[in-house]
Amino acid sequence: MYLEDIVKALNLRVVSGEERLSADVLGGYVGDLLSDVMANSKEGDLWITRQIHQNIVAVASLKDHAGIILIQGCEPAADTLDKARKEGIPIMVTDMPGFEVIGRVYNMLATKKGPDPST
Amino acid sequence: MKAFRCDLHIHTCLSPCAELDMYPRAIVRKVREEELDIIGICDHNSSENVASVQRAASGHPLTVLPGMEVSSREEVHTLALFDNISRLQHFQKVIYDNLPGENDEDVFGCQAIVNERDEVEGLNQRLLIGATVLSLQEIIDHIHRLGGLAIASHIDRESFSVIGQLGFIDPTFAFDALEVTPRLGLARARETFPELIGYPFITSSDAHFLRDIGKTYTEMWMAEGSFQELCMALRGKAGRHVISGT
Repeated sequence: MYLEDIVKALNLRVVSGEERLSADVLGGYVGDLLSDVMANSKEGDLWITRQIHQNIVAVASLKDHAGIILIQGCEPAADTLDKARKEGIPIMVTDMPGFEVIGRVYNMLATKKGPDPST
Repeated sequence: MKAFRCDLHIHTCLSPCAELDMYPRAIVRKVREEELDIIGICDHNSSENVASVQRAASGHPLTVLPGMEVSSREEVHTLALFDNISRLQHFQKVIYDNLPGENDEDVFGCQAIVNERDEVEGLNQRLLIGATVLSLQEIIDHIHRLGGLAIASHIDRESFSVIGQLGFIDPTFAFDALEVTPRLGLARARETFPELIGYPFITSSDAHFLRDIGKTYTEMWMAEGSFQELCMALRGKAGRHVISGT
């Protein structure tokens, strides 16, 4: 499952790291406590959070995440966005609540369903 | 100069999660029993009992520093300590302007504003347990603009600490000191956080109950019990310094 498939299916707005949308998404992780995300998330995870502090870029970079989805209309702080663009970390934003985002991403990953070929 | 016993993080009955017995005179009595020299009164996002504790302490050989434990939008707790009440009141206004919500006493607890005779003068209706909409960086900037000290609360705790919420302490955060809980203690703090060697460490009780007061303190080598001396001790200036903690 490529990141761009999820971006398209969920109609996410990409605000940084556009050049890395071809990344392979191996799994997902959900959390706003960065200590927890650092300890428990895995390489290739798509991280879903509402934390917008610039440290999210460092954590995603350290853990080799496929990208970060900010939920519920959360926008990255200005320094977060700068850093993400500099480091090429994909950040996607959506107005959808976390519950829905997580459910839809989970379904896509669980069924390994790419974009619907008929559309 | 001599060693001063400091506990810079004590709540009062204004904090919804603190016991109602945390009245000014009870706090002062317990602090005197435990032979502390300097305390900081730091309620959650509010400072309305600070003056009462200061008045209750007048006549005692005890310095009560005006402070607050403020919660950022990342839900990181930071202690803000100031030289005087007027600076703290300026800070209070900034915090109240950025603190949404209303308290529900049944859920979060009572927020009693008391005088120095331990009489309840009112109840604070704001959601003091909540978080402000200010970023941690903005909070540190506000504290410093008012000449205050910004101390990261209980960094070894998973909840509401800068490390718990934000993963690590970015060196751009201009904290004046980092606080650890008595459970970790000062000696082990240095071993646990070798990468934070550039910051001074303190330990405090974070007392929400009278029995917590005296559980720990940090000894500082200073000429007198004042905010200026504390600043110098944290910066290691003019012979002042942090000696040790329990």
